[in-house]
Amino acid sequence: MSSVGSFHTPKQVAERRAQAAHTSMFARMLLRAAVLRRRRAAAALLAMVVAAAVATAMMNLYVDVQSKLRTEFRNYGANVVIVAKDGQSLPADLLSKVESVLGAKTLAVPFSYAVARTKDGQSVVVVGTDFARARQLNPWWKVSHWPDAPNEGLIGMRAATVVSPSRQPFELTFQGKAIQLTPAGMLQTGAGEDSRIYLDQSAFQSWTGVAPSTLEVAANGTTAEVEASIRQLAGLLPAAEIRPVRQIMEGEANVLNKTQATLYASAMLIVLISALCVLATLLGWVFDRRRDFAIMKALGASERWINGFFAAEAAALGVVGAILGFFIGIGVAAWIGRVNFHAPVLPRFSVFPYILGGSVAVALISAILPIELLRRVQPAMILRGE
Amino acid sequence: MFPRIVYESFRRQARRKLLAGIAITLGVAVATAMIAVATDIGDKINRELRSYGANLVVTPQEDTLDVEVGGVNLNPPSDGAFLNETDLPKIRGTFWHHNIIGFSPMLPVTVRVGEGSSAKDVTLLGTYFNKALRFGKDEFTTGVKITNPWWKISCGDGRPARRERVENSPAACGWPDDASQDILVGERLAAKLDKKPGDTLDVDDRQLVISGILSTGAAEDDQIVAPLAVAQQILGKPGAVRRVYVSAMTKPPDALSTRDPKTMTPEVYDRWYCSPYAESIAYQLQEAIPHSHAEQIRQVAQNEGTVLSRIKGLMLLITFAALFASALAVSAAMATALYERRAEVGLMKALGAGNFSVSAFFFAEALLLAIVGGIAGFSAGALLARQIGHSIFNSQIAIEPVLFPIILAVAVFVTFAGSAGAIRRAVKFDPVFALRGEE
Repeated sequence: MSSVGSFHTPKQVAERRAQAAHTSMFARMLLRAAVLRRRRAAAALLAMVVAAAVATAMMNLYVDVQSKLRTEFRNYGANVVIVAKDGQSLPADLLSKVESVLGAKTLAVPFSYAVARTKDGQSVVVVGTDFARARQLNPWWKVSHWPDAPNEGLIGMRAATVVSPSRQPFELTFQGKAIQLTPAGMLQTGAGEDSRIYLDQSAFQSWTGVAPSTLEVAANGTTAEVEASIRQLAGLLPAAEIRPVRQIMEGEANVLNKTQATLYASAMLIVLISALCVLATLLGWVFDRRRDFAIMKALGASERWINGFFAAEAAALGVVGAILGFFIGIGVAAWIGRVNFHAPVLPRFSVFPYILGGSVAVALISAILPIELLRRVQPAMILRGE
Repeated sequence: MFPRIVYESFRRQARRKLLAGIAITLGVAVATAMIAVATDIGDKINRELRSYGANLVVTPQEDTLDVEVGGVNLNPPSDGAFLNETDLPKIRGTFWHHNIIGFSPMLPVTVRVGEGSSAKDVTLLGTYFNKALRFGKDEFTTGVKITNPWWKISCGDGRPARRERVENSPAACGWPDDASQDILVGERLAAKLDKKPGDTLDVDDRQLVISGILSTGAAEDDQIVAPLAVAQQILGKPGAVRRVYVSAMTKPPDALSTRDPKTMTPEVYDRWYCSPYAESIAYQLQEAIPHSHAEQIRQVAQNEGTVLSRIKGLMLLITFAALFASALAVSAAMATALYERRAEVGLMKALGAGNFSVSAFFFAEALLLAIVGGIAGFSAGALLARQIGHSIFNSQIAIEPVLFPIILAVAVFVTFAGSAGAIRRAVKFDPVFALRGEE
């Protein structure tokens, strides 16, 4: 390797030397050390990159999984219910008010209720709603066909046996006003909805004159954020009662906390084992270069200078490893997000300082540790190969 | 001679083996703990998902339509069919009874509360709180305390509720006893009636003592919740139950789960029947309780499958990352440990050892290290998994014994793989250079 320069003319060599004089000995030694022992340096860098990548991926996931799971949990439906206080109906502009407070991502669905009678005098609950929104809010509703005409209704499984056992059109009356309905599809939920008939809100309102009395809201965010939104809404809507659906909110918080804690424990273990990997590799790398160390010392380098040299080398390795590892880690996290949640985990650059700091710290520890051990040995002994 | 070299190598170079040994132990420990957590996480999260409440409901076969708006039932309460309370313990006799966390019977009745002009109709819900039942020799307790963990009892004045009710001490609020005549009052109803725990409430000419204020965030906040027997007395139908909510751990739905059992061949039917799908558990409940119809509550049952599979998938991928990092750490440590011993290789070769016997020596050493490190790591990993289970899920994480040979084999394989490159290079190296200490 030392013969690389021999193909140049003396003039060229002289020019090179003239240029090289500007870079310090220190920097040149650092660079040459990496170039000349490419294989070992590459192994050390690889360990560094892998460790930084795994740590980045875990930290990214840890931060992002919460929001990914929260979207998953929103499939459970509303976590906040807004109900009109006794005898009042909700203000007409409620929906837009709620959406402006909670942001566009929030889903709010109005429901209005009335008890109608069938031809043979049986009472049945009829609900007016916005089908497009209800469908989004309650993805667990098993619906054979969603209504698309105003006089079509969605008939609960159990209600169907009473009003329309053979799916024929039927008549309902509310306070003397009759309406002809065609069953569009069947609704099955296993809960109260099975006993009801759902109509489009405008058709419902022109028939019964009843305005929405309940607004079911799927609010995004942490428990604290949802509670803050509830307080905000309560100040805005004095005529309504705003209740968190505790069953949904507490279940979600419970499962989320446990998952988060498990993820945290796993992340810690993985980061620890990655640091160990770096330590083992760098330890070998530096130990391996005890002859360089001895030569430097024999040529009169001070201990501070040698420490500084190895520390700078380790720090450079840590920085390069952290940068490469960070981008690979972001890729891994995005891939895991795509495979598992069908949505990529967004890169979080806020974790980069931690990755950088951690990488440099581990590299410094792994470099300084063997130097401390070697310091006690006479350079002559090392050079003799003892 | 061979065993002696290996033995002496461990005895005299214990410090050098330490780094590799620690790396293997830690690597195996992390791998074991992660595998244990990943295999058990499904069961653990499934249990946590039960905090969403019941996922199955059992109703009488000939049930009337619910006419209920805002938690107020508009049907005459004695209408329709009922289930028989004495049939309920049979739920413990179904095939998947180990998966059934608990069940709560419900019997809503409409009662008049208060006197004179302030009297009003409210719903009184009869249920089990934490009822001791037996099925054959099997004794168990069940009720809303288990199935509806979001139900909170308070004293109405900020004092914490007692876990167990204190006899003859009305000031101590808490869950009522299932055998008592005490009731819980929903928080909104309590505010309207201006009642607090320890007060008595006139319910259909009965004097019932309020043992606590109930907060659920749902319709029960406007209702009275009483022991099932009280509701049956008011209704005049001993043993009657309107519906039973069952909370069961289920398997996420798949292609098999949604098929109609009537159209299945006997083998498919057996497989379906013996899988804890919400559908098959509902089917078995229907078999156990006469004249009943069981159905899944889709809001709870359908969603837990997706949540569960997401979390399981995530843990699986993370476990792969952990295994990868552990394997890398072990191979890095092995390569480092071997690199330092080129002089030894040179000496052996100078003394006439062939490449094969030198490699065999190092592999034997690696094998020993892997086995010792693997055993230590497996035990440490098992402890770690236990610790994680305890601190996060408050329950044991079971380690399958079958995992032990697998982990050991993986440890040996990874150690060999990590050493192979370094051994090959060490063996190829000229002994003269090695002995002179040159590179």
